[in-house]
Amino acid sequence: MMLLEAHGLVRTYLTRKSMFTPPEAVRAVDGVDLVLAPGEALGLVGESGSGKSTLGRMLLGIDPPDAGEIRFNGAPMPALGTASWRKLRAQMQMVFQDPLAALDRRLPIAEQIAEPLAIHGIGTASERNDRARSLMAQVGLRVDQAGRFPHELSGGQRQRVVIARALATSPRLLVCDEPVSALDVSIQAQVVNLLRDLQDRHGIAMVFISHDLKVVRNICDRVAVMYLGRIVEEASSDDIFSSPRHPYTRALAASVPIPGARLDPSTLLQGEPPNPARRPEGCAFHPRCTLMRPGCAGAVPRLLPTTPTRRSACPVVAA
Amino acid sequence: MTAIPRLIRLPRAMPRMPILVSVAAIWLLAMIIIAFGSDILRPYDITQMDLSARLSAPGTAGHWLGTDELGRDVLSRLLQSIRVSLLIAFGATILSAVFGTTLGFLAAQFRGGVEHTILVLADFQAALPFLILALAVLAFFGSSMTLLVCLMGFYGWERYARIARGLAISAGAQGYASAVVQLGARPSRVYLRHILPNVASTLIVSMTLTFPEVILMESGLSFLGLGVQPPESSLGNMVGFGRDYLTRAPWIMLAPAFVIMLTTLAISLCGDWLRDRLDPTLR
Repeated sequence: MMLLEAHGLVRTYLTRKSMFTPPEAVRAVDGVDLVLAPGEALGLVGESGSGKSTLGRMLLGIDPPDAGEIRFNGAPMPALGTASWRKLRAQMQMVFQDPLAALDRRLPIAEQIAEPLAIHGIGTASERNDRARSLMAQVGLRVDQAGRFPHELSGGQRQRVVIARALATSPRLLVCDEPVSALDVSIQAQVVNLLRDLQDRHGIAMVFISHDLKVVRNICDRVAVMYLGRIVEEASSDDIFSSPRHPYTRALAASVPIPGARLDPSTLLQGEPPNPARRPEGCAFHPRCTLMRPGCAGAVPRLLPTTPTRRSACPVVAA
Repeated sequence: MTAIPRLIRLPRAMPRMPILVSVAAIWLLAMIIIAFGSDILRPYDITQMDLSARLSAPGTAGHWLGTDELGRDVLSRLLQSIRVSLLIAFGATILSAVFGTTLGFLAAQFRGGVEHTILVLADFQAALPFLILALAVLAFFGSSMTLLVCLMGFYGWERYARIARGLAISAGAQGYASAVVQLGARPSRVYLRHILPNVASTLIVSMTLTFPEVILMESGLSFLGLGVQPPESSLGNMVGFGRDYLTRAPWIMLAPAFVIMLTTLAISLCGDWLRDRLDPTLR
C-alpha cells in the first residue's frame, strides 16, 4: 500500500492588487496527482512560484486543498486543527527552510527537540530527555550543546536541531522544504548527507522540495518537475537528469553548470515564469518552449505515462 | 592561564544589575513595603487634625513632611496614598494586560468574525473619550475601589489587544509558532508556552507605559471628585487638593508628585531591564 496518495490537488489563493480591483484567483497548485511509497524519497523541483512549497504543505495537511484528496496510509487526511489531525502529526513532520525562524529562540534546543514527545505524551520527562540526547547524537550535535539557545548555534547546527525535532516521534513521512538553501555550500553537503543517512537508516519516506537539482539528484529516488502548479514530468532521478524528455525539464537539466564548460545558450530558459494569475492558455510552458507547435496553445496537456517509469506532459516529445 | 576565567564562570542566570536599575528596584521594593505596611508605618491617622499646626513646613518636629491646610500629617497621608494608588495602578495595569492580551490572542487564533469584532471593540475603545465614560460610570454607580480598578483596567486594553494580535499573527505566519502547530501542539500550548514568552517583552514595555497613565488618570478622576473619595486619599487626590495651596504650602502637592514621578520612572527602568533579561538573544 502506498504511504501517501494525492489526487487532483488544487490550491487557489485570492490576491488583490489594490482595494478597487476585484480579487484575482491564483492557482498555486492546479490538479496534482502523486503517490509516495513507504521509505521512498521523492524530489519536487521547479522555479520559484511553481507551487512546490504549497504542494508540500498540502501533502502534510497544513494547507487544506480546495479540491482533491490526500490519503495517508490509506485513510483520508483529517481536517486541519482537529484532534485526529494533531495526532497524525507524530507520523508526518516537516523540515523548514529557515531553521532560525522555525525554532523558538527562548527555549534551549534540547527542550525543543523533546517537545514533539511532550506534545504527543510519549514517555516520562526523563525518558524524553534521554531521547532528545540520543537524537542530538544522531544528527551530529554534541550533548553538551543541549542547553544552548538557537541563536548560539551555526546555521547548519540549527538545521540539525530542526531535523532532530522532526525525527523525535519517529515519523513515517518527512517533508523537507528547501532544507539546505539557506545554508553555506560546505554545510549543505553535511546536511544532505545527514538526511540521506537518516533516510537509509530509518526508512522514512521523504518529499524533498528544492530548486537545487544536484542536491535532489543526490538524495531522491524519484523526481517530479513542477511548472506553474502542475507536474510536467515525473521519473526516476537518474532518468530525469540523464535523459530529460519534457522541454522544461531539459532546460532545467541543462542549466546545471558543468565545470569548465560554457552553458549552451540555446537550451537555457529565457525570461521569467509567467504570472500564475494569468496562466497561458493550453500548455503553460508554451511561451518559453523551444519545441513550441501551433497546437500547444490549445488544450492543456495531460500527464501521461510515456514509459513504465516515466510520466510526461508534453505531446510533442511523446509523439 | 586562559583557562582560569572559564573555570570561575558565573551561572548563566546570575543577573548583573546596573546601579540605576538597582536604585529603581529598591525604590519599588520600598513602595511595596509601604503599601503593605502603611498602617504600621504612618505616625498619625490620616484624618487626625492638628489645627494648631496647620500648614507647617517640612522639617517641623513631629511632622517631617509638614502638614496640610487642616493640620493633617502629610507623611502619614502620603504613605496611605501610596498604598491606594499602587493598588489601583497595579490592579488596573494587570487587568488591562491580561484582558487585552487574551482578546488579542483570540483574534489571532480564530481570525474572521471574532477578529473583526475584537478590532471593532478596540477601535471603539480607542475612540471613546475615556474620562467621560469613567465620569458617567462613576456617577451612576458611585465610586468604589473595585469599580475604580475595573474601570481603569479597561483603559488601555486595546493596545495590548492590538500588539498581542499582531505579534501572534506574525509568529504564526512564518516561524516558530507554525512549526509548533505542525508538531501537533494544541493552541493553548502554542500561545502560552511559545508565543506569550516571545511577545512578553513588548507587552512588559507597554505595561510600563500604562502604569503611569493609570496613576495620572486616577489623579484626574480624583481631582474631579469621582475617584478616591475623601477621607480616603490617593496620590492624585493629594495633588489635586494640594493645588489650592501651591504657592503657600507647595509641599502638600510636591511630596505626592515626587512619588508619582519616581515610581513611574522606576517602573520604566525596571521594565526595560527586565525585558532585556528575559531575552536570551540579548545576553
